[in-house]
Amino acid sequence: MKGKVKAVKVDYLARVEGEGSLYIKVKGSEVLDVKFKIFEAPRFFEAFLRGRKYHEVPDITARICGICPVAYQMSSVHALEDAFGVKVDGPLRELRRFFYCGEWIESHALHAFLLHAPDFLGYDDAIKMAKRYPDVVKKALTVKKIGNDIMARLGGREIHPVSVCVGGFYKVPTKRQMEAMKEDLKKGMDLSVELLKWVADLKFPDFEQEYEFVSLRHPNEYPFNEGRIVSNKGLDIAISEYEDNFVEEHVPYTNALHSYIKGRGSYMVGPLARINLNYDKLWDLTKDTLKSIGFKVPCNNPFKSIIARCAEITYSFEEALRIVDEYREPSAPMVDYEVKAGKGCGCTEAPRGSLYHRYEVAADGAILSAKIVPPTSQNQKRIEDDLRAMAPSVMKLPHDKAVWRFEQAIRNYDPCLSCATHFLRLEIERS
Amino acid sequence: MAKKTPRIAVYKFASCDGCQLSILDLEDELLEVGQRFDIAYFMEVTKAVKKGPYDVGLVEGSITTPHDVELIKTIRKECKKLVTIGACATAGGIQALRNWASVEEFSKYVYAKPEYIQTLEKSSPISEYVQVDLELKGCPVNKYQLLEVLSALIAGRKPNLPTYSVCMECKMKGNVCVAVAKGIPCLGPVVQAGCGALCPSYARGCYGCFGPMESPNVKSIAKKFIELGMDKKDVILKFRGFTGWSKEFREVNGLIEG
Ligand code: SF4
Ligand code: SF4
Repeated sequence: MKGKVKAVKVDYLARVEGEGSLYIKVKGSEVLDVKFKIFEAPRFFEAFLRGRKYHEVPDITARICGICPVAYQMSSVHALEDAFGVKVDGPLRELRRFFYCGEWIESHALHAFLLHAPDFLGYDDAIKMAKRYPDVVKKALTVKKIGNDIMARLGGREIHPVSVCVGGFYKVPTKRQMEAMKEDLKKGMDLSVELLKWVADLKFPDFEQEYEFVSLRHPNEYPFNEGRIVSNKGLDIAISEYEDNFVEEHVPYTNALHSYIKGRGSYMVGPLARINLNYDKLWDLTKDTLKSIGFKVPCNNPFKSIIARCAEITYSFEEALRIVDEYREPSAPMVDYEVKAGKGCGCTEAPRGSLYHRYEVAADGAILSAKIVPPTSQNQKRIEDDLRAMAPSVMKLPHDKAVWRFEQAIRNYDPCLSCATHFLRLEIERS
Repeated sequence: MAKKTPRIAVYKFASCDGCQLSILDLEDELLEVGQRFDIAYFMEVTKAVKKGPYDVGLVEGSITTPHDVELIKTIRKECKKLVTIGACATAGGIQALRNWASVEEFSKYVYAKPEYIQTLEKSSPISEYVQVDLELKGCPVNKYQLLEVLSALIAGRKPNLPTYSVCMECKMKGNVCVAVAKGIPCLGPVVQAGCGALCPSYARGCYGCFGPMESPNVKSIAKKFIELGMDKKDVILKFRGFTGWSKEFREVNGLIEG
């Protein structure tokens, strides 16, 4: 049998946002080919942003991804504020963090329980999983709903909210409206602790890699909107230095660009990277729960990203409650600024990882150039590296089990294929 | 005899996944939807794929590649009823902004190696290629409207969807008109209701994500925007958004220039 060529092929990966495929070919223990393809059609956001007015940008970029529109709105407004020299502070900045809490809660709950957990238990989907684990699925849906509720209350609706603008918001909630969410947030926080303990008991494959983890790091807080871009291998740069350190490469078989760190190679962004780099900035309940389940950083097992993701749900509830308690109504929904020609960049932490935007704006506020680097294209090369590393052992499994394991490994990254074009079908070829 | 559970298939073309996600955002109803319908094909949610034919196909996204064109024809054959969900599927979506530009130039701008990219000149609504039974508007669709469409389909009745404008929803909510009171250019008078007049409720003008209402007076509102001091170019941009490629909004160009 030794030396036989085997391949795995999955034409359309399920339970990921967007469309993609996977192709893996091995001979004995030698991996001949790994291709993680994103075939989501190109949508050309960066091209048609040119000529649009700056104030349209957050509404347009939100449409890159229905699952993390807030992240796209936030990176956009930060980049444009950088171009205009605007600083948003105080309660408006707190509201932006609050908005981000909502998005992390709903997106992480959706991914962890509706898309990823069924992999660990051998179910095709969460609806089937719900027959055996009705409580878990119902709790997750409740948590997700509370996350969505934050977004809807602040922004009108959960997908493509309408309240965010350069300088702040079109309209801000009153103290009473914020207080009204408290009961639900407390309930969500308790449920999220139960869910975090539940995922800790899943069976995790033994697999560890030497990763370069990349995320924002902020001196005072767990990162959402601002900070320096750091890694566990010594990277420590300002957001403005992003393009000097990260490169995007266009490979023929995928519509998503591959990112790597100059002179070093692939890296990981997202919840596992964030928690490894910012564990000290978590609030107590999240830390205590992680301690009680024996989760330690650094964690180099990508399958445990589901734990990191759930820990970030708990953190988001803690942070949201803090913000509600300390909230003062701002004197105006947005700060004053002057539209002027300039260049600016922004990086915020989308649920799936760092999301970088850069714009050049003309004096009348028209966009002259745009660059958007979504988390999935940053993780794409790392996903291939993981698949390559696990291929020799996984290929020994029966075909359907091998396919299942590879898909599970891809879902560790919660790749969002719609956003990455500028993503997956799984092919495993065996002779 | 018990009625057969209707078999549903959900498909995706060029899109942000937001309209499919609206189904998952029905947190309180999701498990019941899973019981009342046989979800036979829905890649975003399940690995399990049951073979067609299906009773209802929900289609998200616009047609942008040669492969899409072939696929939508196959889908039409395997679904008894075809419902397009969202602005991408009903009007070409935000990716239709390419329709006024050169896709070749766009490819060169976004991709280092445009020769790897396969795409059509235009992003088109589903109805451009196959017959569609119902179009549900919105970017994203309103999840309760989506539930109404699903319920109507099980009951075999016509879904109850508004054909009036966002303005009506403002009146129902008791909003002060942002255009009259503050001079903010708002597309509300020509845009179909369904969002609950969200933007005006947030002190901003409607940007048209639900697309044109029935028989909109586009010319008159474009004139009004110019009177409010908007540049002709900006008026065109205002219509050229998430539903810009809809027939009614596409015509604004000629109306203004002509
Ligand atoms: S219509 Fe809007 S929300 Fe729906 S898929 Fe298209 S871009 Fe996303
Ligand atoms: S753009 Fe118009 S249709 Fe869309 S949410 Fe705003 S008000 Fe409603």
